[in-house]
Amino acid sequence: MQSLGSIRRDFAPWADPEVRPYIVFENVTKRFGDFTAVNNLSLSIYEREFFALLGASGCGKSTLLRMLAGFDDPTAGRILLDGQDLRGIPPYRRPVNMMFQSYALFPHMTVEQNVAFGLKQEGMAKPEIAQRVAEMLKLVKLTQFAKRKPHQLSGGQRQRVALARSVAKRPKVLLLDEPLGALDKKLREETQFELMDLQQNLGLTFVIVTHDQEEAMTMADRIAILEKGEVMQVATPAEIYEAPGSRYVASFVGNINMFEGTLARHDGNGTEIRLADGMVIRSESGANVPAGTQVAFAIRPEKIAVSSRPPADGLNAAEGEIYDIAYLGDMTVYNVRLANGQMVKTTSLNASRVVQDPLTWHDRAWISFRPDAGVILTR
Amino acid sequence: MAETTANTASVGSVQSETSGMGRSILGAITNRLVIIVPYLWLLFFFLVPFAIVFKISLSQTAISMPPYTPVFGFDNFLESVRDLSFDNYVWLTEDALYFRAYVSSLFIAAVSTLLTLLVGYPIAYGMARAPTAIRPTLLMLVILPFWTSFLIRVYAWIGILKPEGLLNQVLLATGIIDQPLIILNTNIAIFIGIVYSYLPFMVLPLYSALEKMDYSLIEAAQDLGCRPIAAFWKITFPLSLSGVVAGCLLVFIPAVGEFVIPDLLGGSQTLMIGKTLWSEFFNNRDWPVASAVAVILLLILVVPIMFFQSAQARAQEQGRT
Amino acid sequence: MSGKWSRFNIVSIVLGFAFLYLPIVILVLFSFNASKLVTVWGGFSIKWYYSLFQNQGLIDAAWVTLRVGFISATAATVLGTLAALALTRYTRFRGRVLFSGMVFAPLVMPEVITGLSLLLLFVAIGLDRGFLTVTLAHITFSMCFVAVVVQSRLLTFDRSIEEAAMDLGATPVRTFFQITLPVILPAIVSGWMLAFTLSLDDLVIASFTSGPGATTLPMKIYSQVRLGVTPEINAACTLLIALVAIGVIAASIVNKRREVQRLRDEQAAQRT
Repeated sequence: MQSLGSIRRDFAPWADPEVRPYIVFENVTKRFGDFTAVNNLSLSIYEREFFALLGASGCGKSTLLRMLAGFDDPTAGRILLDGQDLRGIPPYRRPVNMMFQSYALFPHMTVEQNVAFGLKQEGMAKPEIAQRVAEMLKLVKLTQFAKRKPHQLSGGQRQRVALARSVAKRPKVLLLDEPLGALDKKLREETQFELMDLQQNLGLTFVIVTHDQEEAMTMADRIAILEKGEVMQVATPAEIYEAPGSRYVASFVGNINMFEGTLARHDGNGTEIRLADGMVIRSESGANVPAGTQVAFAIRPEKIAVSSRPPADGLNAAEGEIYDIAYLGDMTVYNVRLANGQMVKTTSLNASRVVQDPLTWHDRAWISFRPDAGVILTR
Repeated sequence: MAETTANTASVGSVQSETSGMGRSILGAITNRLVIIVPYLWLLFFFLVPFAIVFKISLSQTAISMPPYTPVFGFDNFLESVRDLSFDNYVWLTEDALYFRAYVSSLFIAAVSTLLTLLVGYPIAYGMARAPTAIRPTLLMLVILPFWTSFLIRVYAWIGILKPEGLLNQVLLATGIIDQPLIILNTNIAIFIGIVYSYLPFMVLPLYSALEKMDYSLIEAAQDLGCRPIAAFWKITFPLSLSGVVAGCLLVFIPAVGEFVIPDLLGGSQTLMIGKTLWSEFFNNRDWPVASAVAVILLLILVVPIMFFQSAQARAQEQGRT
Repeated sequence: MSGKWSRFNIVSIVLGFAFLYLPIVILVLFSFNASKLVTVWGGFSIKWYYSLFQNQGLIDAAWVTLRVGFISATAATVLGTLAALALTRYTRFRGRVLFSGMVFAPLVMPEVITGLSLLLLFVAIGLDRGFLTVTLAHITFSMCFVAVVVQSRLLTFDRSIEEAAMDLGATPVRTFFQITLPVILPAIVSGWMLAFTLSLDDLVIASFTSGPGATTLPMKIYSQVRLGVTPEINAACTLLIALVAIGVIAASIVNKRREVQRLRDEQAAQRT
C-alpha cells in the first residue's frame, strides 16, 4: 500500500518511532450511569499536531475533549500530557485551554476583559496583560472592538474573541469544540485557513472536535474517526479518504460505492473479487485474507468513468441505465443502475463548458474503472 | 417611543404595533377594549385612591363619620382651598415617634432583605444546579408555602420563638443554653419572620437568573485558570445580579410597610411604620394623620418602586427578544 | 445552568426547605394536641377540629372568605389576562408607561397603603363597606399578579401559530378563542389559583375595606391570635393548609401525568 502523507510534507512525527507522543489516552473508559461514552480507547497525539476527532453526535468525541480539559475524569484508564498523568488535576491547573462550542464569552465583560481573564488568573503584571491582550486582538483583527461587549459582536467576531481568549495564555494544547459550528458556510471556509495559520505561527498542538468531515479534512494533520466511543481509524485525511480501513470509515467520509463479494484469487498481479451475479472486479490493492473471504470493494464516485459506449479493454466494466443526473456546475453526478439492480454513483468533472451532455435519463451507459481505483475492505 | 406622551393618561387613541400584528389578532374593536378595560379599572381603583389619600392628608381631623372634614367639595371649592392644611405633616415632624418609626422600618427592612439574600442565594444556586428532572419539583416546593396563609405561617413562629416555645425547649433539652432565649417581641423575631415569609420572593428571581446561565461560562473560567470560588465571584454572581436586584426589591419594598409580622412577632416595643399607620387608623381613628403617614411612606418608597418597575420592564424586553 | 450537584448544594437545599416547612409541620402536628398548651404535647386528639366546627363565627368567616376569593379571583383573572395582553401585544399606546406602572406597582406596594387608599376611595364615593368593597379591593391587587403570570407565558408564545390560524381563514376573534386562549390557559389557571389564595390570605387590605357582616377568615384568625393562641386556630390552619396542599398536589399530578403521557406519545411516534 502506498504511503499517503500529511498536507505538511515534512511533518509526520507519528511515523517516527523515536518521537514520544505528547498526549496519550491509555485505555480510557468513561461511563455516565449505564451509558458508555468512551470505551477502552487509546490514542496518541503529537506535539504541534493539528488533530481532529471526527464522528457523529454521541460518538464520545466531546467527552474525550472534556476529559482532556479536566471537566470530566475517566472512569478507567489514564490520560498523559507530556508524560504527566492528568488524573486529579483540576481544569484551572491544566496547561490546556479550550475554545467552547458556545464560545462561553463572559457577557458582562468587554472583549478586552474576556481576553485578559486567563492572564489575570495567572497573576501576570498589568502592563504585560495589556500588551498580550493587544497582541491577541491584533492577531484576530479585533483591535477596534476591544471595548465592546459580546452581544455587540457578530457571530464571526465572537468566535474570534473566543479564540483569542483561549490562546492568550499560550497553552501547550488548545482544545476546540466544534469551533466553526455556528458560522455560515463562507465564513467557516475562511476561518478554517485562519485557524491553520494560527496553529502554524504559534506552534501549538490543536485538538479539534467536529462532526463536519470537510472541516476535519481541510485542517487536520491526522483524523481519528470515532464511533460509539471507539476509534475506528486514525490516519491522515488522504489516507482516510483513499484507503479507509473499514466499511464504516469508507461510508462515513465522503461518498462511496461498495460492491460486496468474495475474494476469488490474489497473487502478484492483483486481486479478483467475484460478486454474487458473477461479475469479477480486478483490483491492484492487496488484502491480507485468504481466498473465499467475504469482502467489499469500495470505490469513490469520481474514480468511475461513465460513457455511452462500452470501454475498449472491457476490464472492470458493467452495463447499466442512467437513473438520475444532477448537474452541479463544477461536476455532474450520474446515478447508474446496473443490471443486478445495484445503484452506482459516479461524478465527472466538467473540465470544459458543457454544451450538451451526451448522456440523459434512461440511456444505456457503461461504467468502468482502473484496477488501482478502489480498495478492498475486509472489516 | 411612547415616553413623551406617557404622562398623559389618555387611552383614547390606541396605536397598535407598527407591524400591525396587534390589530390583526384581536380586531380593531376588541383591540381597544383589551387596553381600556384594565386601564380604567386600575386608574379608578389604584391611582385615584392615591389622590384621595393625598387630599385627606391635607384635611382636618374631625369627630364624625367619616372622621375628617371634607376638602374639595364641588359646591364650596373656594372655601375648601382655604381649609387646606399641612397640620398633619407638621404633626409628623414634631413628634419624633414618626421619624423613628420610618428610620427603624427602613433599617429592619434592609437588614431582613440582606438576611433573606444570604439565606436564599444558596437555595436558588442549589436548585439551579440540581438535575433537570427534579428542578420543577424543587420549584414547586419553594412556591408551596406561599400558597398557604401568610398569617398562619407568621403565627406558627410565635409557638416556636416564645420563651416557653419549641426552640427554647429544644435548646434547653440539649443543654446548649440554660436560660430561655428571649426572641419573641424583639427585632430578631421580626427578622426571622420577614426572612421566612419573603424567602420565595427572593429565591424565585435568583433561581430564574441562575438557571438560564450557561454553565460552560464557569467551565471556561476554570479552564482559564480560575478556581471554583473565584469563578463564582467573577462570573456567577455578577451574572445573577438582575435576580439579586429583583429579589431584594421584592422583599425590601413590602417589608418597609409590613404590618402583620411586627405586630405578631415584634411586640409592643417595635417601631415600624406599617404598625403606626394601622394604629393611627384603627385605634386613634385619625384618618388624616394615617393618610399623611401613608403619603410620606409612599414618597420614601417611590424611588425603589420605580427602580423595580424599570427592572421589570427591562426583563420584559429581554424576554421579548 | 447545570454542572455537578455538589454536597454543598444539596445541604443548602435541604436546610432551606427545612426552614420553610418546619413551622408548618409543627403547626399541623400541634393541631392534634390534646393539651390546650400549644407547646406541650398532651397526646393525640381531634377535639379542636370538633370544637372548630362548633364555632359559628369561624365558619361564617370562612364562608365569606371563600365567596370573596372565588368572585375576586375570577374577575381578577379576566382583567389580569386583558392587562397582560395589552402589555405584551401592544408595545405602543398612549399612557403605556403609566399602565405598566399601575400593573407592577401593586406587586410591591405595602398593603397598609393599598388598604387605606381603597378604603378612602370607597368612603369618598359613598360605597358602604362590606362584601362588595372587599371583593373590589381584592380584584384590584390580585389582577396585577394574574397579569404578571399570564404575561410571562405570552412572552414565550409563538405568534406564528396565530398567523397560521388566520392564514387558514380564522377571524382574529376566533383565532384568539380557538388558538391563543387554549395555549395560554395553563397560565391563566395558575393565575386564577394565585388570585384565589391571595384573596384567601389577605388580612390587611380586608381589615381596611370590609365592614360589619363581611369579616373574613384571616380577620377572625387575627383577632383570636391577638387574644392569645388557641388550638382551634391550629386546627383551622391545618385545614386551610390541607386544602391548598391537596389543590396544588392534584394540579401537579395532573400536569405530570399529562407530561408523561406526552413523552410516551413522542417516543411511540419516534419508533414508527
